[in-house]
Amino acid sequence: MRIRRIVLAVGAVAVLGAAGFVIAAQRPLIPEIDPPAPGTFDRALVETGARLAAIGNCHVCHTAPGGADYAGNRALPTPFGTVFSSNITPAPGSGIGHWSQAAFGRAMREGIGRRGDHLYPAFPYPHFAKLSDADIGALYAFIMTRRPVETVQRPNDLGLPFNQRWLMAVWNLVFFDAAPFRPDPQHDALWNRGAYLVAGLGHCGDCHSPRNALGAETTAEALAGGEAEGWGAPALNAASPAPVPWDAEHLDAYLRRGWDVEHGAAAGPMRPVVDALARADPADVRAIATYLAANEGGASADRQRRASEARARAGKASLPQPAAGEELGAAIFAGACAACHAGGSPMVPPHGIDLALSTAVNEADPGNAIRIVQGGIQPDDERAGPWMPPFAGAFTDAQLASLLGYIRAHYGSGAAWTGLAAKIHDLRQSKGGA
Amino acid sequence: MITLSVNGRAHRLDIDPATPLLYALRGELGLNGAKFGCGLGQCGACTVIVGGEPVFSCLVPVASLQDRPITTLEGLAAHGKPGALQQAFIAEEAAQCGYCTSGMIMRAQALLERNPAPSDAEIRTAMAPNLCRCGTHMRILRAIRRAGEALQKALPPADRQPDR
Repeated sequence: MRIRRIVLAVGAVAVLGAAGFVIAAQRPLIPEIDPPAPGTFDRALVETGARLAAIGNCHVCHTAPGGADYAGNRALPTPFGTVFSSNITPAPGSGIGHWSQAAFGRAMREGIGRRGDHLYPAFPYPHFAKLSDADIGALYAFIMTRRPVETVQRPNDLGLPFNQRWLMAVWNLVFFDAAPFRPDPQHDALWNRGAYLVAGLGHCGDCHSPRNALGAETTAEALAGGEAEGWGAPALNAASPAPVPWDAEHLDAYLRRGWDVEHGAAAGPMRPVVDALARADPADVRAIATYLAANEGGASADRQRRASEARARAGKASLPQPAAGEELGAAIFAGACAACHAGGSPMVPPHGIDLALSTAVNEADPGNAIRIVQGGIQPDDERAGPWMPPFAGAFTDAQLASLLGYIRAHYGSGAAWTGLAAKIHDLRQSKGGA
Repeated sequence: MITLSVNGRAHRLDIDPATPLLYALRGELGLNGAKFGCGLGQCGACTVIVGGEPVFSCLVPVASLQDRPITTLEGLAAHGKPGALQQAFIAEEAAQCGYCTSGMIMRAQALLERNPAPSDAEIRTAMAPNLCRCGTHMRILRAIRRAGEALQKALPPADRQPDR
């Protein structure tokens, strides 16, 4: 009897504790305000907010394909299910028209909605926690002056337990660092501005840092390379796969126009990022480039050696002689790729990147190279930018495998890619035969 | 030797395996429907259909085409008369200088074979890789819609797509 009582007591405490936590996890509601008239915001502040929003790239996730700007409902695949982005237009019903700046700032920096509900970290509040009050104010002015559009929010497709928002309170306890950005006095103002933008608004680590099993980035591995919509997001630290180390000059140009002569063109999920950065304050992009180039630490002896080897492989106008078994790959390269990618010319349109310098060709995983060859590189509608035709329809899986094997052997560094045909087949399936 | 299967006929050619299909079609087989535009896969004038997919023939070496069926503009005619899509292009006068027309028709043909009732958005997305410098795009879109409707009427009612 005594044991039973103890068990009951322990059980009751556990249930009460859990209930208490669920209640405590709920944060206070922030009262509604009347949607502020666009004219009440200072125009210069709205302008500043627009340039900042280009760095935060709010538009990409908060706009569905073909949908109204910032009206949400874009599907964001996560390992835990699909999250649909919310409507952040100032629409009073389905958007954030009734949100005060305090509510907006709390959502940005703490991941808590106006009603006190927990947002999912698919929304990068762990990064936005670093944002200054001034930048929050400018972003609020920008967002609240967008065209309000009412929508019907698509429900998230998350299974148990991930559909329990209050569990994010536990996640936050374990993983969320609410500390604001602290400048490093060892470095100058430009570097610090870059560090602030990379860690905060730019949320570069969202894709370029590895995540643990519960989807959290770890400080120890910041910018050590991650994943984005199935693409590899290369490491932006000393582990960078780029044959030639980035310097601030080249990275600045790449981030503003989407390609660089010694690294290649932005592709996949990086494409909309550079499209947006073209509209950011150039001084801020310069700061990001300065910080990231320093973070990569380009001057090491090993990187210098890799760079000079790559430059030696590049710049050869004649096509590499195929080894035995590479004849098909070599013939496809000569007929399909060489018109743009034969070495010896700088990457000036229509000439493509010299593949010996290409980051994708020099990555240990062939995924990015496969995706680029299959789907090509296309700028968004109404934008100029590097362009490459898709080859998925032109070649069979086996033909693409021999092509990529030949490219890797003669233009890449590092071990040969293995299992190419199977990976090519899988990626073709995942894109529905595109 | 390379064997190419073009419009249902097999051709044996003694050419460099890296030769782009476009040169084989025009230079070796005298099939001049596909045009040389840019040679870089940027304009679409050279578009033909390989195994159901529209491809830039200027960028497809013949080594990769053994046993894969190739359809060119010349393959669309039925009994010596223009096919449905070609007739629609004629009816809509969807050409000015005409240099892009063959590639446009082949890309549209591939679309209609896959999806006989494409929406306007689907037509625009599918046709995006092909350029017309004269500005006949609106007539080209009309011609594709007209051909799609003609194909629908030719289908038994049960196979028709609902209006979109």
